Amino acid sequence: MIPVMFDYVRVGSLDEAIGALSEHGDEAKLLAGGHSLLPLMKLRLATPSVLVDIGRLSELSYVRDQGDHVAIGALTRHHDVQHDSVAVTQAPLLANVAGRIGDPQVRHRGTIGGSLAHADPASDLPGAVLALGGTLVARGPNGEREIPATQFFEGFLETTLAPDEVLVEIRVPKATAGHSYQKFVRRSQDWAIVGVAVARVGGQVGVSLVNVAATPVRAVAVEEALSSGASAADAAEVAAEGLQPSGDNNATPEFRRHLARVLTRRALVEAGL
Amino acid sequence: MKVAVEVNGVAYERDVEARTLLVFLLRDEIGLTGTNVGCDTTSCGACTVLLDGESVKSCTVLAAQADGRSITTIEGLAKGEELHPMQRAFREHHGLQCGYCTPGMVMAAVSLVAENPDVDERQVREGLEGNLCRCTGYHNIVAAVLDAARSSREGAW
Repeated sequence: MIPVMFDYVRVGSLDEAIGALSEHGDEAKLLAGGHSLLPLMKLRLATPSVLVDIGRLSELSYVRDQGDHVAIGALTRHHDVQHDSVAVTQAPLLANVAGRIGDPQVRHRGTIGGSLAHADPASDLPGAVLALGGTLVARGPNGEREIPATQFFEGFLETTLAPDEVLVEIRVPKATAGHSYQKFVRRSQDWAIVGVAVARVGGQVGVSLVNVAATPVRAVAVEEALSSGASAADAAEVAAEGLQPSGDNNATPEFRRHLARVLTRRALVEAGL
Repeated sequence: MKVAVEVNGVAYERDVEARTLLVFLLRDEIGLTGTNVGCDTTSCGACTVLLDGESVKSCTVLAAQADGRSITTIEGLAKGEELHPMQRAFREHHGLQCGYCTPGMVMAAVSLVAENPDVDERQVREGLEGNLCRCTGYHNIVAAVLDAARSSREGAW
């Protein structure tokens, strides 16, 4: 399978990348590791006419301890998030989730920023960043802005990034009091049929659900039940409240609702709740 | 566009379309056909090569992304007649049946052991989850990788 023809532009700086996006608008797509975009291009489900390759902007690859939060450069690869000592000790949910994406070859190429900006509701990191209550930093022609994860995912493969903005950094609060990611798959390298991420952040519990809607979603009913004193088992019972997941050859909508409840219970228990 | 790569220690420069995938640069432009195309959808791992020493699926990397980088394919492992310890272990343990997945399996295993020479059986099985053997010959493949990892720890690599 071969993508349609496109123009390839390799940029040497973030400003050049923003310039290229400003010039080409909707016709251009950013290329980082390429492990979300290239498969879609090979299937010709994505046909950008310009690829702006930001893969060599090594200044966007880092994991930093910033006191109350951990900052991760958008071009940090899953393999590096999985093994980085700051991520492992201060953002263990992210390190755990990064290590369960695809397979080693995919984790050698795929980047955290690419995964978030691609916004596939079945992918793992968007759910994890949402459960953590993270913040995404985007840079465009007019400078930087911060976008709460709760306002980032807009629809299926859609975010609130403007066409001329580049996601540059992901910030998550330190969350070392307990976490879990439950990923239900039939084969180890598959996408989650349903996933549940739990993060305990400063006395609060964040719970998010993967692949039950057009975007990853916070399980607000579960979070409210927990904050009013419900047990993990009781809180998990309301995990599917308000959900209308779609059915496919992996699962019916009802099976997805069932998985949401079961996996939420397991995740809460593993997180020590 | 011009793409310059070093493959198995040899420098190549080729003029290719921007949409050319790394695996087709290797196979069609450079003529190294040891790297197989299996699923062509980032699943099976038959096309695994090392890009700057790390395993990648060459059906999901643009040749342009490899420009200026160093690539190792299955042809680059042996030193003349002397097989790489991973190749030798695959032969000794009969870690192959039809052989189609083998180049990718060996390259993934080389990367895995280079990252962690202390791998145990579970880590080998998880570390090869990106490589499918449809003969389902995993048992001997895992035995081969564990044996090669042992020889690596003993300094034989």
